[in-house]
Amino acid sequence: MEIPSYVNRLKEACGAAIEEVSTPLGDLVVLVKADQIVEALNWLKEDEEALFDHFMDLTAVDYIGREPRFEVVIHLVSIPKSQRIRIKVHLDEDDPVMPTITPVYPAANWFERECWDLYGVHFTGHPNLTRIMLYEGFKGHPLRKDYPIKKTQPLMELRKPEVRRSDEAFEPGKNPNNP
Amino acid sequence: MSIIEGRFEPNIIITSVDALFNWSRSRSLWPITFGLACCAIEMMATAASRFDQDRLGIFPRPTPRQADCMIVSGTVTAKMGERVRRLYLQMPEPKWVIAMGSCANSGGPYWQHGYHVVKGVDQIIPVDVYIPGCPPRPEALLDGFLKLREKIEQCTIAKKTG
Repeated sequence: MEIPSYVNRLKEACGAAIEEVSTPLGDLVVLVKADQIVEALNWLKEDEEALFDHFMDLTAVDYIGREPRFEVVIHLVSIPKSQRIRIKVHLDEDDPVMPTITPVYPAANWFERECWDLYGVHFTGHPNLTRIMLYEGFKGHPLRKDYPIKKTQPLMELRKPEVRRSDEAFEPGKNPNNP
Repeated sequence: MSIIEGRFEPNIIITSVDALFNWSRSRSLWPITFGLACCAIEMMATAASRFDQDRLGIFPRPTPRQADCMIVSGTVTAKMGERVRRLYLQMPEPKWVIAMGSCANSGGPYWQHGYHVVKGVDQIIPVDVYIPGCPPRPEALLDGFLKLREKIEQCTIAKKTG
């Protein structure tokens, strides 16, 4: 895949914010610095050739052991131009923080909440950054690779196995009331 | 001449209270309308015209206050488990629970790992009938109801059920 011409103009417009442009498996991937993500997305949304008007997806990947550890992935689609782009942002392990993109794409609101809930990526400026899937009081972010695989945090006390076995006092086919 | 001959009108049936109660309870099981996952699709199919669980006197009620049976049809997450338990506690006695499908029985594909699934709804509420399958066919659900009917016929008002 050839790199489209608007990417070069994006590089000129945003300068050092664009760290890398690649086309793995025929997809356009742009690596953007976290602090300038909003400017880059604004440019991609407004530019005549790019016109990425449709926000598709926002999620994170936990590359544990790598530096930087987290990678936030944003997928955009241009409906008028029929093209796609993938934006990646690298975030550090100690402080996975990036600005919210809800001013550009309001649809990202719940995606960022999900990303915070499951990966612990913090989006500064988000209107309501609370857990969306898990319950209040849940400790940790379970899709991180270092979350213990068998750890559960039930909301109530579970019934013990010996109590559960006593539920099964029933023999099919035998009816004392109607022998 | 027996003791009761001539003392009652001919339209009176003599039976035990247990038999009467169990007959009426087992022949009009009203489950609460409540589906959790893909098993709920099979549960809806059981209620629809092809399998028609209404012919067994089983039809879903919109509120736990009117229900005497609960079909846990699907994966019970930790977040939903609290609500399931609350719905169960809101149902009047006597009440019965059917665990439908592998997830409600034992956690299903989430039986070992995972942060979010209750490994079997019997960790939260007492279960009367377990229906295996992923998801069970509507016939299996109807069979579960027939098993529950057998169990209800064993109940006696002399002691607490469920």
